[in-house]
Amino acid sequence: MAEAKTRPVSPEASRPLSPHLQIYRPMLTMMMSIMHRITGAGLYFGTILLAWWLIAASTDARAFDTANGVLMSFPGRIVLFGFTWALFHHLFGGIRHFIWDTGRGMEHPEREYLAQATLIGGFVLSVAVWVIAYMVR
Amino acid sequence: MSNNPNSMRTTTRQVRHLGSAKSGTHHAWHMRLTSYALVPLTIAFVWIVLSLVGKDYNTVHDALGSPVIAIVMILFLLSSIYHMMLGMQTIIEDYVHGEASKTLALMANTFFSACIGLATVYAVLRLSFT
Repeated sequence: MAEAKTRPVSPEASRPLSPHLQIYRPMLTMMMSIMHRITGAGLYFGTILLAWWLIAASTDARAFDTANGVLMSFPGRIVLFGFTWALFHHLFGGIRHFIWDTGRGMEHPEREYLAQATLIGGFVLSVAVWVIAYMVR
Repeated sequence: MSNNPNSMRTTTRQVRHLGSAKSGTHHAWHMRLTSYALVPLTIAFVWIVLSLVGKDYNTVHDALGSPVIAIVMILFLLSSIYHMMLGMQTIIEDYVHGEASKTLALMANTFFSACIGLATVYAVLRLSFT
């Protein structure tokens, strides 16, 4: 035990750590990984809105109109558009993971194409859904 | 304690004979399983919501309460809420390192997911039966 006390730093504390985020230059694939997690967390709390809407619909017409009024207000629409985008971005990110699960698409430049496709696909589908929503309304 | 940084024991020695976590690959597998289920279910969910935009209360009530839509909605809700619970568990395990705060965060995650899951499924069932 005497040796342990004389050792100034434990061997574990002096071991080098693996480099983390702050070491690397931001890259698209890395940002997409981060965005996948952020959109996932956003959707997590977004379920509160979905729960509110469903509970209001199951309560009565007045509760439903209140919920609809808030969700369809201008700030409400911005939040809902964000919700739509997060949903599609995360969906495309998930499909990207399915492709990776087969062992494909991890090399350059395929992974860059996949990242770009996820990013563009998420935006395009969100806008398309909202254009349809305004058309059918 | 075994996790004393000045311990002479190696990390392997500190955890040996404590027993495995006995959870294996369930988390990763259930994440995949719910992901696959959620591709068609999310498309169906967006389709359902789109078909209800701007409709009056009775139309929305009857549509959400009709059997096929209610079943698809409940499947979507259960898969997505289980999926998000697993996802948030990973986020907590990645960023919350204190033993007490991690346990509390994981508990809060489970409780939140259970509440949202139960509330939304109850709402859809109520729409179906009233």
